Amino acid sequence: MLRCGTRFPFPTVTKGLPVSTSTTAPHHRVPPPAPAPVPTAAQRRRSLLHRLDVKGTPYLLVTPFFLFFAAFGLFPLIYTGWVSLHSVSTLTPNQMTWNGVGNYTMLVHDQVFWKSLRNTVTIGLLSAVPQLLAALGLAHLLNYRLRGQLFLRVALLTPYATSVAAAALIFQFVFQQNDAGFANWALHLFGLGPVAWESGTWSSQLAVATIVMWRWTGYNTLIYLAAMQAVPGDLYEAAALDGTSRWQQFRHVTIPSLRPTILFTVIVSAIGSLQLFGEPYLFGGSGQGINGGPDNQYSTLALYVYRLAFNSEHLGRAAAVAWVIFFIAVVVGALNAVLVRRLRASA
Amino acid sequence: MPHSVVRPRSSHRVRLLAAVGAACLIAGAVSGCSSGSGGGSDSAAGGTITLKVGDFGTFGYNAKGADLFAEYMKLHPNIRIVEDNNANEQNYWNATQAHLAAGSGADDVQAFDISRMGQVTTTLASRFTDLSKVPGVSAANWAPVKWAQGKAKSGTVVGLGTDLGPEAVCYNAKLFKAAGLPTAPDAVAKLWAGSWDAFVNTVGKEYQQHAPKGTYFLDSGEGLFNSVVGSGALQYYDSSGKAVYRTNPSVKAAWQLAGQAVAAGETPGMAQFSTQWSAGFANNTFATTICPAWQMANIVNDAGPKNSGVWNVATAPQASDWGGSYLTVPVQGHHIQQAQALVEWLTEPAQEAKVFATPDVGNFPSNVRAYTDPKVSGARNAFLSDAPIGQIFSAAAQRIPAAPIGEYDGVIRNDMGNGVLLMEQKHTSPTAAWNATMSQITTDTTG
Repeated sequence: MLRCGTRFPFPTVTKGLPVSTSTTAPHHRVPPPAPAPVPTAAQRRRSLLHRLDVKGTPYLLVTPFFLFFAAFGLFPLIYTGWVSLHSVSTLTPNQMTWNGVGNYTMLVHDQVFWKSLRNTVTIGLLSAVPQLLAALGLAHLLNYRLRGQLFLRVALLTPYATSVAAAALIFQFVFQQNDAGFANWALHLFGLGPVAWESGTWSSQLAVATIVMWRWTGYNTLIYLAAMQAVPGDLYEAAALDGTSRWQQFRHVTIPSLRPTILFTVIVSAIGSLQLFGEPYLFGGSGQGINGGPDNQYSTLALYVYRLAFNSEHLGRAAAVAWVIFFIAVVVGALNAVLVRRLRASA
Repeated sequence: MPHSVVRPRSSHRVRLLAAVGAACLIAGAVSGCSSGSGGGSDSAAGGTITLKVGDFGTFGYNAKGADLFAEYMKLHPNIRIVEDNNANEQNYWNATQAHLAAGSGADDVQAFDISRMGQVTTTLASRFTDLSKVPGVSAANWAPVKWAQGKAKSGTVVGLGTDLGPEAVCYNAKLFKAAGLPTAPDAVAKLWAGSWDAFVNTVGKEYQQHAPKGTYFLDSGEGLFNSVVGSGALQYYDSSGKAVYRTNPSVKAAWQLAGQAVAAGETPGMAQFSTQWSAGFANNTFATTICPAWQMANIVNDAGPKNSGVWNVATAPQASDWGGSYLTVPVQGHHIQQAQALVEWLTEPAQEAKVFATPDVGNFPSNVRAYTDPKVSGARNAFLSDAPIGQIFSAAAQRIPAAPIGEYDGVIRNDMGNGVLLMEQKHTSPTAAWNATMSQITTDTTG
């Protein structure tokens, strides 16, 4: 977004104006070859307009975005913060009672909050780490010349195009607790007993993480693939001349070239995990979706916000949890910035 | 959730004359059929009034075979009814509460599930019109529990009852036979008559001793707990709106009973309505399920045609109910009188009986005058061994105690259910699960 702003092609804006070389400011300093005639009023107005055009237009053009951002991003954010300092029911949002940091201090003793926080981290790790590793491997394989390349790439992206609801429904059947479920049937093949997927803590989180993985691996694969195709071929040629193996090429050429991309996907996955809602909600079904399991074993922060706001109707407390999520996202973002700077410095 | 399929016996025409007559009586003062002609001759003069009816799941008003909206519009040519249906109750509630809070955007008629009525009759009570004075409305028409739970503390009637979930026990006769228990409904009902304790500690234990391997006496401990609580005249709140869930001895007793059922291995530890729970019916894993009228549809669907005639219905140890809905008229509407007249008409015996008799709808009436309608009183369920469901559920409906509900009833019920599941799935002791549940309820009802 920002890069677009600075790269904006000014000359096209100034097209049709009398002064054609105006965009390069230093030129003005060069004394004109002939004594300049005193500008007329009209000329002065034009030059003022021109300067306004050059200086102001970019701002004007980015304004719509920032107006929308202010209305639908910044205002709700700040308002949520304001609400989080009040005791207020979702049913009567206009009757707010000042509560200071009460909603935040209440979180200290709120077990569901801590469970949800822990689950958000563990489900995030359970889904993101294998997912990104698998995506990297898949992208590497797809980077070879293969038959039916297009088909494979489209196939990889299909889970991403599937709705969460459909995916969650299918996985509910996969992770049934009796031996009718596909997962338990597969375990049985290896002589292992059936697992009560939904009621266990780790098993249910693994199930939810699997849904996330299934949906997002293809997406990340395509991003990695695009980045891999941008790696200059001569690097590989040089490496090949040095007698490196495919694996060494992957480790010493591909991975370092992909570092910014990997960082990007890590950050996007981390923020995605913070917002994880649909998968656990739908995995729990009509009975347990809102709780994330009877012991909240697969409840996430976003799910808890939903439960607070629309089930027990505590809008203020829901807003407080939402702000905690925002705070964590900011920390993740800051970490990202630091890492990027390090990466640039080392490059 | 509680709106599903019941298959009634006879589905024939409503006695149209009676319906027309009643509708005109009620709506006459308002608009519609003027001066009892039933024709609505003034439709051209007044222009058309559009009433939006917001509901969720299956209310069945527009279902084929019921066609109640079409019928009403025929009786009232100046009324046009638009159904604003959301399949998902939670989504429906989210949108509706926003409209009610904003003071605009709500439909002329809004339906609510019983689990929301705690909030609707307390925090939100002032957003709705009082339906008690609408012509044709009388407390005596409704099952006492239905009338009581639609009333606000101030006495105004916020909602009129549509359907009710009176409970019986649906049992798997094949498994009962295998365990050496009687299989005829009367004999089965006698085993536990009057006592939930006998149900769990006598029949349940007896069954479990002789049970075919891998089967359970009950489908769910949560279902048992809710039913036992529902049999009490005092549940989670007293009539002054004070929360008594912590101290009410009958709640504690229900908890102990659920704990005993779990300890005796009578429950499989599955959450109700989960996929594995549904599969349990197909695989004949459960010997009983405590069965609100709408639950029969789940048995029919989940058990599948190969199990037709396997299940039967017996009277529950004590009357109880679960589920059902209400119709309300928000004060923000522009056609309040017309909307109230429509709500009254839809909850009349003839209409509720018709909804019950509609294939794929089958919501059980909460208007007790519907119980003498042959469509209800004569209803049998062919899949459930031709059980006289109309008789069983009508009788149960009128004996359900009229327990008051309070603001966080739905939330408390949810937390209690989770607590029972902790006992079932994590083998937490009843005392530890109770303490965890109490602190959870405190957290969930504060703020």
